[in-house]
Order: sequence, then C-alpha cells, then structure tokens
Amino acid sequence: MLAQQLFNALSLGGVYALFALGFTLVFGVLGVVNLSHGAVFMLGAYAALEAVTLLHLPLWAALAFAFVVSGVAGLLIDVLVLRPLRARNAPHLTPMIATIGIGIALNSLAQALFGAENRRFPRELLPQDTLHFAGLDATVLELGIILLSLLLMTVLLLTLGKTQLGRALRAIAESPKAALLLGINVEGLFMLTSFVAAGLGGVAGVLIGLYSNALYPLMGQPVLHKGIAVIILGGMGDIRGAMLAGLFLGFAEVLSVAYIGSTMRDAVAFGLLFTVLLVRPKGLFGRLQERKV
Amino acid sequence: MIEALDSFWAIYSNLVLTLGTSSLLALSIYLTLSCGMLAMANAAFMGIGAYASALMTMQAGLPYPVAMVGGALAPAVVAYMIGKPTLRLSGVYLAMATLAFGEVVRIAILNTESLTGGALGLNGIPQLTQPWHVALVLVLVLALLQRLRRSRTGRAFEAIKEDETAAGLMGIDVAGHKLAAFVLGAAIAGLAGTLNAHLTFFIGPNEFGFDRGVEILTMTILGGIQGLAGPVIGAFIVTLLPEVLRGLQDWRLMANGLILVIMVLFLPRGLWDPARLRRLLGRSARSLG
Repeated sequence: MLAQQLFNALSLGGVYALFALGFTLVFGVLGVVNLSHGAVFMLGAYAALEAVTLLHLPLWAALAFAFVVSGVAGLLIDVLVLRPLRARNAPHLTPMIATIGIGIALNSLAQALFGAENRRFPRELLPQDTLHFAGLDATVLELGIILLSLLLMTVLLLTLGKTQLGRALRAIAESPKAALLLGINVEGLFMLTSFVAAGLGGVAGVLIGLYSNALYPLMGQPVLHKGIAVIILGGMGDIRGAMLAGLFLGFAEVLSVAYIGSTMRDAVAFGLLFTVLLVRPKGLFGRLQERKV
Repeated sequence: MIEALDSFWAIYSNLVLTLGTSSLLALSIYLTLSCGMLAMANAAFMGIGAYASALMTMQAGLPYPVAMVGGALAPAVVAYMIGKPTLRLSGVYLAMATLAFGEVVRIAILNTESLTGGALGLNGIPQLTQPWHVALVLVLVLALLQRLRRSRTGRAFEAIKEDETAAGLMGIDVAGHKLAAFVLGAAIAGLAGTLNAHLTFFIGPNEFGFDRGVEILTMTILGGIQGLAGPVIGAFIVTLLPEVLRGLQDWRLMANGLILVIMVLFLPRGLWDPARLRRLLGRSARSLG
C-alpha cells in the first residue's frame, strides 16, 4: 500500500520537478522570477492537445510540438520584455511584475481561444495498459511520465555539469558581466535558457494534462504557486535542489492525501514553504547570502 | 436636474463606491511599495477584513463601526504575526512568500466551512456601507498617509526603499519600519474589504485570490508611487476601464496584464510623476517664453 503510494507520488513529483527546473533555471541564469512560467506550462498542454486533435500527430510528436511552442513563447517573452528591462538595468522586482502581467494576459488569451471549460485528451490516444511488478500496479502512462521527466532532468544536469555550454551558463549565473568579459555570448545564452526553460515547462504541462486528463486555461496557476514553493524549498536557482524539492512535494502531497485527507493537499506545499522560510530563509539547500557592506 | 442626479446615482452608486474601496486597496500596497517591499498579500488581507467584519455584523450582531474596527484590526494582527518572520526576507523572496500566504488564506477560508461557508462564500451580508463611510475613510487614510510622507517615518521609508543597507547604517530601524508599513497596509486593505463586503451583499474565497492581488498591484504600478495621487488615479482607471469597454468584459484581465507589462516597459515611474510633470511644464513654459 505504501509502496504503491510512493510510486504514484513519483509521477506527480517528477512533473513538479520538471516544472520547477525551468523556473529555477531562469532565475539562476537570468536572475528573473518568471511568474509567467505557469501560463507557458498551460500553453504547452493546449499545444499538445491541438497537435493531437487537429494535426493528428502521435503523442511523442505532440510532446515535441509542445516543447517548441512553449519554448518560442518563452523566447518571445525574453526578447520583447525581459531584454529591454535588462538593457535599462531595471531593479530586480520590475521584470517579475512584468511577468505577472504576461502570465495573466496569456491566461485570459487562452480562455478566449480555447474556452473556459475543461478539455481532455481523446481516450483512444492514451496508453491504457497496466503493468504489474513487485506487487505494484503501474499504468504505462505513469511509467512514461516518470521516465520522460527523469530523462529530461538527467540531460539537463549533464549539460550543465559536463559541457562547455553548461560551464558558460554557470559562469553567467555567477556574474553576467564577468562572463561577458570572458567572451561568452551572454545574450544568446539568455535566449537559449529562456527557450529551454519554457520548453521544459510546456512538456510538464502536457504531462500534467495527461496525468489528470483535464486542461483548462488557469491550469498553470496552482502549479505555478507550487513551483514557487518548490524552488524556494530547493534554494533559488539551484537545479538539483529544485529537482529534489519537486519530488519531495509530490511525495508529501500524495502521502497527505492518503493519510490526512484530500482537503489538505493544496495546503501541504505552502505549509512546507512557510516552515522552511521561517527556519532557513534561503531554502533547504540554499546558501544564505547577505549583502556585505 | 436633481432627478437626473438621482437616476445617475441609482445606476452608478456601486461603481462610485467601488472607486473608493479600490483607491484604498491601491493605497495599501503603495504603503509597502514605498518602503521598498513588494508584498503580494493585500488581497488576502482584504479578504481577512471582509470575512472578519461580515461575521461580526452577521453572526455576532455587532454595530457596523465596531465591525469596521474589527475588519481593520484582524488583518493587522495577522500581518504583525506573519510579518515578524517573513519581512526578514527581501526582494523576490518576500514577494513569493506573501503570494504563498495569499494561497494559504484562500485554502483556509475554503476549508473552514462552518465559519466562512467554504466555497459557497457568505451570503446576505447587510448592506450597511453608506457613501459617506467610504468618503470619510478614504479622506482619513489619505490625510494619514500624507502626514506620514512628510514625517520622519515617511523619510525613513524612503531611505529604506532607496538602499536598505545604507538606511540601516544611518541608524534607521529597518525591520521596525518595514513591519509598521506592512501592518498599516494590511489594516487599510482590511478596511477596504470591510466596506466592500457590506456593499456587495456576498463574499467568496475566490474574490481574494491571485487575480485580485494582481489587480491591486496593477492600479498602483499604473498610477505610480511618486505621490498619493498615483495610486488613486490608477485605481480609478483600472476600475472604470471595464465600464468604459463594456463589450470587452471578458478581456478585463487581459487589459490588466497588458497594462502591467506596458507600464513596466515604457513608464516605470507610473502615470503620476510630479518630476516628469515639472519637466514637461518647464519645457513648454520655456518654449512659450
């Protein structure tokens, strides 16, 4: 029973981790809390739905399509809004306020385009098989979600840790100015980061859409709020921390539904967040940095 | 003439009064912004004030003035309790912690059905708010904030906004001033919630969620925080916009979002900016002379 719960939690936690990964990546590299990430997540889900129903693409192609659509949205947000703010050296809360605006505008655009009611992926397109192993029931869908989110996370971690590109990104995270002096194409990598982060968010949107089989224009908001909790728990900008905290939140939610009751499910993330902020203001895995005079 | 006025009032009285409560909300977030904090909890404080006062008039049968005091005190007390730990956070951490606090309040209201009616909200709140209540509260709050701006405390807020570390080194009690701004802002938001609840007959948990928080922020960013006129102007525009654009009701949220982006990009100091106004006037005066 417990093992089954833990397995269920893995797919939910994987999606949270994937969402938080893009969120924290943008913060780490661009230094922006991108509160439009929830809307980009929703865009990905709808893009995949349209790809499947209108373009009759297979599911894997719809996932790739969602990655690209969300990625382009993220890219546009960076080029049209965040870059001018960077060029002006705007105080760090300013881009965050702008992304709140973008998020709310995208959400209401989706409401106008796709309608406010719930939509779902056609049943016949979803894998229906269930596997039994080691006393666990696992649907192919859940397994796919877990594998895909783990795969994407591994690729991202390896890229950041082992490649020249990753080193450049880490240099920017440390100091964009110094990176620029070292001859790194900072603006280009900002754009790449925005694209990949939003793309990952979009894929997370498709996976949640498949997992809960309900798409609605505001579906990004609860996940955004949880994502905020996750990246603070993990330490802002900390990729590994965000992954662990995302998985942890999945487990905490599933276990609280199993043992406390479903009404408290949404309170878990924020309860955790508050506690952690009180005890460790820069997150569980974050290092506290105070400005020295 | 009087008749025309009467019919105007019959149609638009709620809108006019909403202008007042919106102004109060915009002023409440102005207060924390003017102290350099982006705290996104004002919608939640409005909700706490609305529920506390509505329960006082509906369930406890207390007179309206008492409920008003309660509607301002309840969120102030909550702000004091959560302010102590959360205001240690700065910048984006504070914004996100307060955003999360707003969600906690919404979930708490949803899950305490016996008291708050849960998702169904509270129905049948007595319509006790008179026009002069709104006017009086707004004038009092404006007078208080104007005095505050010119006082030592107001200048301390300004210093903290410009540079927290430097302000601390000059001997300003940074934590104390931030807490004061946060608590006072919460009380003003609670008052707005009280007045609004006793105007609209009904309150529900989703009225005080993220969208409302963004709307409050939009008003103040639009108007600017260079003076008290800014938030009030912003509140008027954001409240009147959907009335002017009647056919575009569904696009209201989109308008709010776009206003935020456009203002941040092109007019970061807001519409009401005395310095820019002086510059413009100075230039035209010179060109005339």
